[in-house]
Amino acid sequence: MRKCSLSAINSIFEEIAKNTMLFLPVDNKDGKAEYKKWQEGFLLSEKLNTVKSPKEFLFPQTENLMEFKTSGKNIEIIDTRTAKEDFVVFGVRACDAKAFDILDKVFLTEPRDSYYASCREHGTIITLACNKPSETCFCSAFGIDPANPMGDVSAWKTENEMFFEANTEKGEKFIELIKNLTEKTDNKEVKKQKEKISNIMKKLPLANLSTEKFGGGKTKELFDAPEWAELSSTCLGCGTCTFVCPTCQCYDIKDFNTGKGVIRFRCWDSCMYSNFTLMAHGNNRNSQKERFRQRFMHKLVYFPENNDGTFGCVGCGRCLSRCPISMNIVKVMKKLGGKTND
Amino acid sequence: MTNVDTLIPKVGVITDVRIDTPDIKTFRVVTPDGKKAFDHRPGQCAMLSIPGVGEAMFSITSSPTNTEYMEFSIKKCGCVTEWLHSAEVGQQITIRGPYGKPFPVDDEFAGKNLLFIAGGVGLAPLRSVINYCRHYRDRYGKIDIVYGSRSKDDLLDYKEIIDEWATDEGINVHLTIDNAQEGWDGHVGFVPNYVKELGFDTDKTAVLCGPPIMIKFTLDGLYALGFEKTQIYTTLELRMKCGVGKCGRCNVGAKYVCKDGPVFRFDELNELPTEY
Repeated sequence: MRKCSLSAINSIFEEIAKNTMLFLPVDNKDGKAEYKKWQEGFLLSEKLNTVKSPKEFLFPQTENLMEFKTSGKNIEIIDTRTAKEDFVVFGVRACDAKAFDILDKVFLTEPRDSYYASCREHGTIITLACNKPSETCFCSAFGIDPANPMGDVSAWKTENEMFFEANTEKGEKFIELIKNLTEKTDNKEVKKQKEKISNIMKKLPLANLSTEKFGGGKTKELFDAPEWAELSSTCLGCGTCTFVCPTCQCYDIKDFNTGKGVIRFRCWDSCMYSNFTLMAHGNNRNSQKERFRQRFMHKLVYFPENNDGTFGCVGCGRCLSRCPISMNIVKVMKKLGGKTND
Repeated sequence: MTNVDTLIPKVGVITDVRIDTPDIKTFRVVTPDGKKAFDHRPGQCAMLSIPGVGEAMFSITSSPTNTEYMEFSIKKCGCVTEWLHSAEVGQQITIRGPYGKPFPVDDEFAGKNLLFIAGGVGLAPLRSVINYCRHYRDRYGKIDIVYGSRSKDDLLDYKEIIDEWATDEGINVHLTIDNAQEGWDGHVGFVPNYVKELGFDTDKTAVLCGPPIMIKFTLDGLYALGFEKTQIYTTLELRMKCGVGKCGRCNVGAKYVCKDGPVFRFDELNELPTEY
């Protein structure tokens, strides 16, 4: 384990940025945190988390896949993939780091998605323990410990110092890069910090949210539950929850005619949208109830069924604070979880 | 890292367009150097696209035993299909695949009597299996084919059915159209009723494909005849973008039609929500 004083953190950012692109959460004009490319004068945000999740570093909101040139009846397919540049994302929270694992299960499963894989390969993720988990946090329900964030390097911030520990080969490289700006240390301070975080976690209102009723194999039990009608009755289908969600990975593929050729791109899509499953011959999810149910069944039942029990939610709480009608996965879990979640 | 990505297609050339019915055309597709774009198994699908118009999933109607080209029978019903229907021979498109789980032609179907039941363009995915089974005729028992459409003009692959399938030994073809019309002396009536009238023995494996309403009533009929869910297969169709279970669009419960289907046995479907 290595450490530096907080006053030295900017020189660390400077050092990283000399070698590679560095992204970190900074406060924007509205006082909210968002990931930005570091430049001189940027300070690491004190906010618990960013409005948008860092999934876009691996799975951009829009991404060009290929181009086509057409002339007469002929088509030329142009592979526009280029070598990605290395980048570092600093300050990723434990929940968002776990979300990367979930995205890995989707995109790196054969046949592997080369666009995602290339971002994943070139990115180094530096996670940061959450000193002040908030009342909208429920990562612990999904087995995530905000005091022990994963990633290539885990970092902890105390009152005066920042601590670093490498978890992967990429992480070791990072530690090497900042070696001259840090010093070797034991883990006593970090241990104390972890305890503090654990104590806060225990007192959070959602600390005891139970996943007992959910998981693979629960489709029959939950799919026809009468509660879906009430839960979804006020859903506007705006898709905000899917866009701020660090694990939502549904995408659309579309073509854009530039006048000189056609760019085929993919972009985030939302199962909450009415045309998501619309086909020439009809729509298998015609009502908002069906679309709403799909989103939560996917995260709480279908995903764990296909991924050894891993839930498709990390409890980051973004949907709790962003939904315009205050509906969210916690309410769904409480309602459908019955007594276990009273 | 290999540089292959399933989302990046190959160029295909339409080398033949056959007008099958007023709204279905069958397109023959090869690569620009005249080869098959890839090998497939009966029941698998391919993504076809026209850059700037869109991409859509189609079942491959030709049998894998056809080593020269692939065929797609496509009904005109949306953007991509409408564009394809206006395409001429020589037009290039893009093609990627194969996608999905095929019919179990070499294991569960082997040695069985087979009953194929199709309605309208639902014959397209079954034609691949039927021709595969005809090619390896000695591997299968008796074959019955029940096929119906709105009218005589709406019967897909009519010439092939009459000239080839119906003349094969051990294959019985039962055609029907919804309403009587001049020049048709065959059966008149809906597919589900015809199946009941024909009253098949349950010593068969049945394969269904057609509009949802036909599937529903045909199933009821088969159950009434004593067929078990484990004896009946179908192939589903939902909206797809990636073809490999990642874009999150075509799931029915925890299964993705693009990779866990499109072929399902009814006992498997029975375990899934009825969201298809």
